[in-house]
Amino acid sequence: MTTLKGAFFGLILRDLSVALRHRGDLLNPLFFFLIVATLVPLGISPESARLAAMAPGMIWISALLATLLALDDLFQADFADGSLVQLVLSPQPLWLLVLAKIIAHWLVTGFPVVLFSPLLGLMLSLPKEGFLPLLLGLVLGTSVFSLLGAVGAALTVALHKGSALLSLLVMPLYVPVLIFGTSAVQRAIDGMSYGGVMALLAAASGFTLLVAPFAAAGALKVGING
Amino acid sequence: MWQWFHKLGSPRWFYQISGKFLPWLALASVVLIVTGAVWGLAFAPEDARQGNSFRIIYIHVPASFLALAGYYVMAAAGAVGMIWKIKLADMVMVAAAPLGAALTFIALFTGAVWGKPTWGTYWIWDARITSMLVLLFLYIGIIALSHSFSTRESSARACAILALVGTVNIPIIYKSVDWWHTLHQPATIKLSGAPSMHPDMFKPLLVMILGFYCFYVLVLLLNTRTEVLLREGRTNWVKDLAQPK
Repeated sequence: MTTLKGAFFGLILRDLSVALRHRGDLLNPLFFFLIVATLVPLGISPESARLAAMAPGMIWISALLATLLALDDLFQADFADGSLVQLVLSPQPLWLLVLAKIIAHWLVTGFPVVLFSPLLGLMLSLPKEGFLPLLLGLVLGTSVFSLLGAVGAALTVALHKGSALLSLLVMPLYVPVLIFGTSAVQRAIDGMSYGGVMALLAAASGFTLLVAPFAAAGALKVGING
Repeated sequence: MWQWFHKLGSPRWFYQISGKFLPWLALASVVLIVTGAVWGLAFAPEDARQGNSFRIIYIHVPASFLALAGYYVMAAAGAVGMIWKIKLADMVMVAAAPLGAALTFIALFTGAVWGKPTWGTYWIWDARITSMLVLLFLYIGIIALSHSFSTRESSARACAILALVGTVNIPIIYKSVDWWHTLHQPATIKLSGAPSMHPDMFKPLLVMILGFYCFYVLVLLLNTRTEVLLREGRTNWVKDLAQPK
C-alpha cells in the first residue's frame, strides 16, 4: 500500500502530467483572461485615465472569471473515466487527496493567471504602484477561488449542465476576496499602506485552506451520486 | 429524552403533531399581522421627515429579520440532518430555502420602493442592501442545486454542505461589504437618521415582527409537510392518508 505522502505527491504529479499532455486546455483560461482585458477598452474607453481607474477591479474580475471557467475540469475528467470513484474508495483520507488535486489544479490554472496579470496591468494602464499588491493579492486570492470552487465543483461533478450551476453556487462566496483584493491594489495606487488588507487576504486564504478540503471531500461523496 | 429525540425525527410523528399546531399558528399570525398592519398603517403617528412613506417599515423590517434568520434555520437543519442523519431535518432544510429566498426578495423590493421617496432612487449600493443581494444569490444557489439532483436524499446532502459553507461565509461577507462601503462611499445618503423610534411607532412594528415569525413557522411547517408527503409517498401511513374514509 502506498504511504500517505506517496499518495499525496503521486496524485499531484499525476494531475500535473495529465494537464501537460492537454496543453490546449491549459491555455483556454489564459486566453479568456486576455480577451476580457481586450474587450474592456473596446467597450468602455481607450482613454488611459479612465482605464487606470478601473484597472484593479477589471483585472480582478477577469481573473475571477478565468479561474471559474477552469474549475469545471477539476473533477470532471476524472469522474468521466472512473478514477474519481477510485479516489473516493481508496484507503487514504479523501480530504488529503482532494487537497492534492486542488493544488495541482491551482498550479496549472490559478498560477498562470497570476503570472499573466502584470501584462493585463500594462494593457489597462494600471499605475506602477499597483503591480506588486496585484500580484501578491492574486496569489492569495486565486488560491481561495480554487479551494472554495472545489466545493462547488465537487457538488456539481455528476450533473448535466453543471458548469452554469457551479458559477451560481460559488460566485457569491467570492465576494470578500474580490473586495479585499481590489482594495489592496487601490490603496497602493492612492499611496496608502495595504499591509492590513493583504493580511486579511492571507487570513482568508489560510482559513479556506484549513476548511475547504474537508467540505470538498464531503461534497465529493455526495456529488458522485448525482 | 432520547426517545423524544428519536420520535421527533420520525416524519410520521411530525406530520401528526404539526397538524395540531397549524390552526393555532394560522390564527396567531392572522391576528398579529392584521393588528400590526392596521395599527402601523392607520394609527401610528406620521414620521416628521419621511411622512407616510416610512410606514413600509412595517413590512420591510420583519421581512429582513426573517430573511437572515431563515438562512440560519436552513443551515442548522442541514447540519442536524448531516450529523445525526435525521431525514426530517433534511426536509425542513429543503422547505426553508424557497421561503427564505422569498423573504429576502420582499426585503429588497420593499427597500427599493421605500428608497424612491426617501433617497430619490430605487437602488443604491448601500452596504446592507448589497449584503441582502448577496444573501439572495446564496439562497438562489441552494434552490438551484436542490432541483438538479436525481434523488431527494443526495439533493438534501448537497444543499446542506453548501448551506454550511455559506454560513461560515456570511459573517465574512457582511463584514467585507460593510468595510467596502465605508471605503468607497462617504455617507452621502444616510439611512434613517433617528436610530431610536418613537414608542408609538415601535409597538406596531413589534407586533408585526411577532406576526411574521408566526407566519414563517406556519409556512415552514406547511412546506415541510408537503415535503414529507412527497418523500414518504410509498409508506403505508401516507397511502392511508390519501384513501377516502
